[in-house]
Amino acid sequence: MAEKKLLLGDEAVALGAIRAGLSGVYAYPGTPSTEITEFIQKYAPAIRSRWCTNEKTAMEAALGMSYAGKRALVCMKHVGMNVCADAFVNSAITGVEGGLVVLAADDPSMHSSQNEQDSRFYGKFAMVPIFEPSCQQEAYDMIGKAFELSERVKLPVLFRVVTRLAHSRAAVEVGEERAQNEFRPANDRGWVLLPAIARRKYAELIDKQKDILDESERAAAIEGEGKLGIIACGIGYNYVKEAAPKASILKINQYPIPQSAVRYLAARCSKILVVEDGQPVVEQDVRALLGVDYKVAGRLTGALPRTGELTPDSVAAALGIKPSEALAEAQCLAPRPPQLCPGCGHRDVYKALNEVAAEFPGARIFGDIGCYTLGALPPFSALASCVDMGASITMAKGAADAGLFPAIAVIGDSTFTHSGMTGLLDAVNDHANITVIISDNLTTAMTGGQDSAGTSKFEAICLGLGVEPEHLHVVVPLPANMPEITRILREEINYKGVSVIIPRRECLQTLKRHKK
Amino acid sequence: MKTDIILCGVGGQGILSIATVIGEAATRAGLQLKQAEVHGMSQRGGDVQSNLRLSTEPIWSDLIAKGGADVIISMEPMEALRYLPYLSKDGVIITSSKPFVNIPNYPDETALQAELDSQPKVFKLDIDALALEAGNPKGANMVLLGAVAAHLGILDAAQLREAIKTIFAAKGEAVVEANLKCFDLGSK
Repeated sequence: MAEKKLLLGDEAVALGAIRAGLSGVYAYPGTPSTEITEFIQKYAPAIRSRWCTNEKTAMEAALGMSYAGKRALVCMKHVGMNVCADAFVNSAITGVEGGLVVLAADDPSMHSSQNEQDSRFYGKFAMVPIFEPSCQQEAYDMIGKAFELSERVKLPVLFRVVTRLAHSRAAVEVGEERAQNEFRPANDRGWVLLPAIARRKYAELIDKQKDILDESERAAAIEGEGKLGIIACGIGYNYVKEAAPKASILKINQYPIPQSAVRYLAARCSKILVVEDGQPVVEQDVRALLGVDYKVAGRLTGALPRTGELTPDSVAAALGIKPSEALAEAQCLAPRPPQLCPGCGHRDVYKALNEVAAEFPGARIFGDIGCYTLGALPPFSALASCVDMGASITMAKGAADAGLFPAIAVIGDSTFTHSGMTGLLDAVNDHANITVIISDNLTTAMTGGQDSAGTSKFEAICLGLGVEPEHLHVVVPLPANMPEITRILREEINYKGVSVIIPRRECLQTLKRHKK
Repeated sequence: MKTDIILCGVGGQGILSIATVIGEAATRAGLQLKQAEVHGMSQRGGDVQSNLRLSTEPIWSDLIAKGGADVIISMEPMEALRYLPYLSKDGVIITSSKPFVNIPNYPDETALQAELDSQPKVFKLDIDALALEAGNPKGANMVLLGAVAAHLGILDAAQLREAIKTIFAAKGEAVVEANLKCFDLGSK
């Protein structure tokens, strides 16, 4: 009997990749993708799996492993696709040697993200095959298929999951482990994307489109009866089956969209409803394919909500099914937002910053991505902005260039090495009048305490980038040190140039674990 | 036969451990299971919830529809109220009675308890006091699980006890015993 395991969607992806002969996973932590790499680190320590500095370095290292003939996996949350986009899009031009799967975990409803961008757009943009499983078992099975297809068509494959699959558990039947690929580095000039070569490679990519479309057509499955044809993508399929198990469904788990299957469904039915989690990627394609006269409903028409993740309720409503009787919302309710842990060093940092900033009427504190983004909420309400990884330093610089004073940036240790260092170099080179706080808790805390790439290197990095030694300070963020911290803050805000202050104290969560 | 459960509480109260124990018992009983959890930012003292679906038949959706939950299991009374629209009209609420106040605008406690009491089927208990009584203050979640045992339908107390033994086995016999003691007190 086949072995069955209770796995998160993320863990099913991880185990599927291990069993498919994976040689390396490259990733930067990001909810809801983190557990994939964590699982591989724990379950298969022989596979190369050290956390990367950011998604771009991860993508490029994976491409290098693929170049050498081995199978590589890159994992990130959806916004990580923006960071690695240059490498990702061009990896479709170079093509691959060993199988290369790029996993993007999208977060519709923004459970822990700043947007709900749909990674399928990136796959379409780069013109590579996309897989999107609808359940944990498919997540496990499809990773192997993705590697096989990647090696057959010599292209990277985008593998898209969403939060509800990534963080939901179910039993998965697991198979035998395949051996890793032989070491066999590529040896052709197609990897050198000089214009003359890139033009030829781009034409090859165009030529491959027919093949990858045929693959999608073969994977498409039509079932059920009824005049309403439902195109159900990824986990959208589950909500449709829950509400209307016998409906006419075209189940899509692979892109580009299977055009013949869509036309076939359209011919059998009189109207189509597109059920997809995320943005209306397929709905737009289906409209273009069937023309203006064919009735297509979905997120664009309001049949399903334009924003937020799909739910069993929104899908049932789109299918015209009456909801069950439900109790009304309670009266005695208050939101309970997440907050910084009691005793966390970031708390002391914000306390000091707020005290000093109050002395400067024009002060703005530019925030960044991490636990310390919670400094935007009461009781601190300290932040003027939070946009993307590393933006605190560069936004502070731009605002200072425009005359804002004092312009203060707060960035965490892991975010600083991810995307803050280059911005600091800009600031130093331009003698920007900014004060940068690198709040160092020795870990990537928000995603659960993964290694932070710059631990023990921050002073050297800052000095190397040209920060003046007399304007680089390390403090210990504790209530007892408040006078010292506020004094240094005051002095450095008044210094007309780049100053860096590093409050350093270990994350209480990792400290608790280390003590065990 | 199916049982759809909403597990809720505040980050750090141990609701995922309850889910793990029920999951283990369900797997051992050969039931189908889907369990959607919340990870990431919401773990930091914010509200957390998990949808746990158990069935003898295949389960499609990872999420429970409104009006569909058979049980709400809550480590905190206001958090139990948050998911009322998901409870079926015959559904049961089993909750800790003691508010966890970490926000400035926590509702008036008398009104809150009254609203809870006005629900059709609600069982409240002071799980922290019972955990203390069992000599295991960290075992409040297992007290709650004990209280739930009689209401799950699809699994019984003996199956949950076996699952506790398996899940906590790695932490040693003493931890297993302490958690079983909590569970037994809760199930009384």
